[in-house]
Amino acid sequence: MKRYTTQIVLLVVVLLSLGISVLSGKFDAYYMDIALNVGINIILAVSLNLVNGHTGQFSLGHAAFMAVGAYGASIFTLEMSARLMPLLGGPGSFATGVAFLLALLVGGLCAAVCGWLVGMPSLRLRGDYLAIVTLGFNEIVRVILQNTSGDGVFGGPLGLKGIPPLTTFFWVFAIAAICVYVVGSMVSSTYGRGFPAVRDDEIAAGSMGINTVRYKVTAFVVGSFFAGLSGGLYAHLRTTISPEGFNFLKSFDVVVIVILGGMGSTAGVIIAAIVLTVLNEFLRDFEQYRMLVFSILLIVMMIVRPQGLLPSFPILNRKKSA
Amino acid sequence: MSTGLELKDVSISFGGLKAVTDLNFSIFPGELLGLIGPNGAGKTTVFNLITGVYTPTSGRISFNGDSVSSRKPEGITRMGIARTFQNIRLFSSLSVLDNVRAAMVMHLKHGILHSLTRGPAFLKEEGSVEDEAMALLDIFGLKDACHANAKSLNYGDQRRLEIVRALATRPKLLLLDEPAAGMNPSEKDDLMKLIRFIKERYNLAVLLVEHDMKVVMGICERIAVLEYGRKIAEGTPKEIQSHPKVIEAYLGAAAVVD
Ligand SMILES: Nc1ncnc2c1ncn2[C@@H]1O[C@H](COP(=O)(O)OP(=O)(O)OP(=O)(O)O)[C@@H](O)[C@H]1O
Ligand SMILES: [Mg+2]
Repeated sequence: MKRYTTQIVLLVVVLLSLGISVLSGKFDAYYMDIALNVGINIILAVSLNLVNGHTGQFSLGHAAFMAVGAYGASIFTLEMSARLMPLLGGPGSFATGVAFLLALLVGGLCAAVCGWLVGMPSLRLRGDYLAIVTLGFNEIVRVILQNTSGDGVFGGPLGLKGIPPLTTFFWVFAIAAICVYVVGSMVSSTYGRGFPAVRDDEIAAGSMGINTVRYKVTAFVVGSFFAGLSGGLYAHLRTTISPEGFNFLKSFDVVVIVILGGMGSTAGVIIAAIVLTVLNEFLRDFEQYRMLVFSILLIVMMIVRPQGLLPSFPILNRKKSA
Repeated sequence: MSTGLELKDVSISFGGLKAVTDLNFSIFPGELLGLIGPNGAGKTTVFNLITGVYTPTSGRISFNGDSVSSRKPEGITRMGIARTFQNIRLFSSLSVLDNVRAAMVMHLKHGILHSLTRGPAFLKEEGSVEDEAMALLDIFGLKDACHANAKSLNYGDQRRLEIVRALATRPKLLLLDEPAAGMNPSEKDDLMKLIRFIKERYNLAVLLVEHDMKVVMGICERIAVLEYGRKIAEGTPKEIQSHPKVIEAYLGAAAVVD
């Protein structure tokens, strides 16, 4: 039984989020909204943590993959959903759900493909090329989206609106749970020990037969996939998206969460995602000081607790009960 | 067909510096070859050439007939060549056990998707990986420390863990770069016994770099001597001890070999 603990925990979280989702009308809409933001940020941070934390690469373009997912999923919903309905057995909550899942997957896969295209060349190089390339990619995505035609499928600088509000507590937290499960299981398996090995010492990792490029690309593609999913969730929560919403400051926000949470610590990153999202909400009136506060927080953190809020430990402890 | 490792006219230069020049030597299967030479002679560079960290400027390195020099480090390890590092390069954030597990990745039958489904075959393999890792750690007296962080080990244990990690790749040829550095004489003695033990047990060829002459002469079947990147002598310990060039270049200064 013990060997399936993590699967059981996953199932419980998914069912719990379904329960809360059903009862969502009973909760204060404002707090519900914050909770959904928290969930989306957990997905973003845990997936970026796979790249920046566990594998030791430095991606600064997570928002770009979120954008690709957001646009991919939204366009799918806006253009395809209506046509799919009859095939899925007509309009109804089941058909809507399946269509939404498809939209999210389309967004996630588009982001994963972009991740592969960006990661393949840049992850072959040693050093900080990835930071520069991803930062550049982030801006490229934003500029391209901004320069699309206003009445085309991408909606130009104003972006897309009228996206159906399909994102519920269930979708956000079920996907967050899956994200945590996937990253956690991947990293804690023997196969996954290659990720921190690459981070700790790339030369030693190569000399131990670890295909370092493949690990880096795998982390990057999986990370991008979940960033894409979070983008789809975000789009169907806000119902409008615009290129500006996915600028590099958004990427920076996620990097801050990962650093504060402790690179490589899934639990720490989840806590940091909760704390910073809520803090963000309270600082909403002081929007202009937000970056200042974050920067000071980062500096203090670097000095006082460079390892992050929690020490890194695998969320799945696969120790043999001998 | 196993003919062992063969270096043919291997050279590498860094800018103007010729670190290794026209080097020729072989290691036969199951042999323990010592590689000695003064500081900066190029011994570590030879390791880096064999393991693909550096690419030779000219010359050819082959292992059991297959060319090594065109492959990346992980490809060379897959051919059955493993190494330790003179300036310890353990995975510092990982536990002792996980350092060893990480080195077993290339032998896994299961991949990333299996780590998500966690089926019985996957769990069985995870168990057998751990058993194998623990057995190796046990040989080097590190079993009890298996959950400790690798960098919390003392210097000698870190060197031992380097060897265990290299062994976990299931090599045919093991390259040891000053594995006994920083150890006291009795620790050195124990380590050399262990090296001989694993060599027999796993049927390994070993290339050993070591500064302590007594140790080298005691354990090696054959010795090659480097000076300024060139091989100046090769032969049995006896031949090396009385080789005039070696005495001049290396032992002359130390002159403590009895
Ligand atoms: N990457 C490099 N770039 C430039 N020079 C290098 C590089 N690697 C090694 N060298 C030079 O090559 C020469 C041989 O160095 P190497 O480390 O192989 O010596 P060694 O025999 O292992 O010495 P020691 O006994 O001190 O470990 C030295 O002069 C060193 O400075
Ligand atoms: Mg050296």
